[in-house]
Amino acid sequence: MEWVNAVIQGTLLGGLYALLATGLSLAFGVMRLVNLAHGDLNILAAYLALVVVTATGANPLVGLVAVVPVMMVIGFLLQRVLLNFALGGGVLPPVLVTFGIAVVVQNVLLDVFSADSQGLDAGPLENASVTLTDQISVGFFPLLTLLVAVGVLLGLQFVVSRTQLGRALRATSDDTEAARIVGIDHRRLYSIAMAISLGTVAVAGVFLGIRTTFGPSDGPQRLIFAFESVIIGGLGSLWGTLVGGVALGVAQAVGNQVNPAYQALAGHLLFLAVLAFRPSGLFARRTARQV
Amino acid sequence: MSLLEVRGASSFYGDFQALYDISLAVQEGERFAMIGSNGAGKSTLLRMIAGLLPARGGGIRFDGQAIDALPTHERVKLGVSLVPEGRRVFPSLSVEENLLIGGYRGRRGHWGLGRVYELFPLLKERARRSAAVLSGGEQQALAIGRALMNNPRLLLLDEVSLGLAPVVIRELYDRLPAIAAAGTTVLIVEQNIDQALGVADRVACLLEGRISLAGRPAELTREAIAAAYFGI
Amino acid sequence: MSTTSATAVPPFRVESATPASRAAAVVGLLLLAVLATAPAWGGSGFMKLLIEFFTLLALAQMWNLLAGYAGLVSIGQQAFVGLGAYGLFVGTDRLGLHPLLAIPVLAAVIALIALATSLFAFRLHGGYFAIGTWVIAEVFRILVSGAKEVGAGNGVTIQGAAFLGPQGRLALTYWLALGVGLGSVILVAWIMRSRLGLALRALRDSEAGAESLGIDVFRTKLAVYLIASVGCAVAGAIIYLSLLRIQPNAAFSVDWTARMIFIVIIGGLGRIEGPIVGALVFIGLRETLADFGSLYLVILGVVAIGLTLLAPRGLWGLFVARFPMVSFGAQPRLVMGAQTPSGAGPPPGTTPTEVA
Repeated sequence: MEWVNAVIQGTLLGGLYALLATGLSLAFGVMRLVNLAHGDLNILAAYLALVVVTATGANPLVGLVAVVPVMMVIGFLLQRVLLNFALGGGVLPPVLVTFGIAVVVQNVLLDVFSADSQGLDAGPLENASVTLTDQISVGFFPLLTLLVAVGVLLGLQFVVSRTQLGRALRATSDDTEAARIVGIDHRRLYSIAMAISLGTVAVAGVFLGIRTTFGPSDGPQRLIFAFESVIIGGLGSLWGTLVGGVALGVAQAVGNQVNPAYQALAGHLLFLAVLAFRPSGLFARRTARQV
Repeated sequence: MSLLEVRGASSFYGDFQALYDISLAVQEGERFAMIGSNGAGKSTLLRMIAGLLPARGGGIRFDGQAIDALPTHERVKLGVSLVPEGRRVFPSLSVEENLLIGGYRGRRGHWGLGRVYELFPLLKERARRSAAVLSGGEQQALAIGRALMNNPRLLLLDEVSLGLAPVVIRELYDRLPAIAAAGTTVLIVEQNIDQALGVADRVACLLEGRISLAGRPAELTREAIAAAYFGI
Repeated sequence: MSTTSATAVPPFRVESATPASRAAAVVGLLLLAVLATAPAWGGSGFMKLLIEFFTLLALAQMWNLLAGYAGLVSIGQQAFVGLGAYGLFVGTDRLGLHPLLAIPVLAAVIALIALATSLFAFRLHGGYFAIGTWVIAEVFRILVSGAKEVGAGNGVTIQGAAFLGPQGRLALTYWLALGVGLGSVILVAWIMRSRLGLALRALRDSEAGAESLGIDVFRTKLAVYLIASVGCAVAGAIIYLSLLRIQPNAAFSVDWTARMIFIVIIGGLGRIEGPIVGALVFIGLRETLADFGSLYLVILGVVAIGLTLLAPRGLWGLFVARFPMVSFGAQPRLVMGAQTPSGAGPPPGTTPTEVA
């Protein structure tokens, strides 16, 4: 029974990981950018929510209304001012620039907020539970998280497959030069993609901040989980990222059952196993691009 | 005033000079063919006009306006559409989505989804299918249709016949009058001399990055063209 | 070499040295000779600073080799720094080896470990390879943090070198650091002049092109990965021979890689003298900005971003672009003309063509 419970918890956690990973996957899909600052920006979103909550006393979920747009603007500007100039020159510049951004964000947060762990309080929601069967009940909040994650993914899927913007994103991802030929301003599109990416990061950040505590140096851990979700699920597929996130969540939950100290390790081992035996991931895209 | 005017423009790939001091003028409504053998610089010229390559030394004017500093997407907005070498349709998009994205800049005009489907009925049949599974000729039709969706004033066609069966080539070329009739100026680049001469009002020949011959097809002899083409 | 065809190949030779590089080599050797005697006259603070400089230099050279030459951007080199540290502990404290013996032994073992990790890491490319190496480092950190035999989360202290006495240990560490620092420079220079270096240069320009010429891309990258891993491990062992206290979170911290990256970017990627300049600037900055706490890292991050975007060749690259005479060579040049007396440079009438 505990194992079933672990799997359920893991699935719910996995929804959150999937949400976290979506932004990373989007950035890579559209502009081949691996954003090493992804995790730290996630933490930044949590701190922004903290600021909003402290200033207004509102529930952090309500605070999303402010945090998401702010993060989207940050994403747009980051791309426009820095990252667009790092692209196109090979592998190294984007890694170095995003790594630099990660270091800057981490240490600014450390300076402003100190190293203390923080948490976001969502009030009574956090402890409420929903009874599924006689023996199993799940927390209302984790369930909400999974639903929100799926909701965001659905929304993103809609944008990508049904709107002109989504077509432009896919076209640019396929062939940047051909995209330019049909009149797409690819640099502006990159900025929009990054804005969307950080929007999802903001949502994930707030939900993670409610679920666990966070501190300025937790960024890299988040990046690694997001990355592992993407790789396990397979590149280029939004739903693959969901599967990957859930797989990671379940692996971690199972690991936690064995020994709480091994939670993250269990996820790492699953990641390495996928790398070893099925490197293109569980849901690799038909036109698989090299990572 | 010419619709397109190129004056003394050169183009480089790194240190390698592909175009030397090119000058040409294309009038509105005209069908202008640029012929030349492989590597003569024809695609380079089109890419330069489209803004994918910088023009060094000289200038490019479109409808009287200097466009050298404009990025490609701005030129598309002004009405310059390139059908690139190799088709370059988007494999992640369906046929219809490829056409829809062609209208990205929202230019109004004669061409819309309906009219493009009229021109290329086979595209309508395959509207929902991924562009990646089309044959070469179908992809070429799609690429042309996609460019038309922008309602361009100037349509640049790069080696449309490359890799296609003669019957397919003829079908594509048969569509050109319909395209030109809608008011689009066409600048077509071809290795195939006969096709080019068959549709063009004026023709120029590129040889190793320089214009070796220009004039009306009727006025040019076979020998002159061969000499200009092969550089004999 | 003689030919009988109508177009005979004109005489040529390939040179790497420049007048500046020869001068620098002489100055460098003199300086090193002086520094080698430091245990006799230097204070322990001074020697520790130099130990830090030379070990950071070695680490940076390894990262430079990976990223600048082989195009492998790793954020997981800290795995080997930590493994080197713990390897030294196991060698001196558990096996009772003299540090001079423990180091080669751990180098050999870590080479095997690196071989194993490469099987996973090389499944990824580009930015994802970078994160993948980080994950691998994390795995090691977690495993070591849970291993009671090596002190688990609390870490261990190296006591097996105590028999040398504090002065003796400092001196030994100092010479080892000097050795690994100098050795890393010589190693990279030697590699770049070897066949491996040629393969790396070809890879850097075009992987597909290199492969079509018969270069085994995988083996080449693997060779560099192994060398860099062992290099980092040896440097890590020496660092902790000096620090003595090993804690898993510190030994396997990504900060090590951050330092390597900053030094290389500051100094300039893909040039041998880059990390030397970078390490000097890095330590200098660190000493001056020590009071600013975490703000110092912010400044470092901003500097790194700025340099990447504005001066990808680093400060040294900027300097060399301005004053080409100061280049330390190692970029081979094709010099036309017959053999001239050494040091005279190319004969008049011929111009050296940069082939780098």
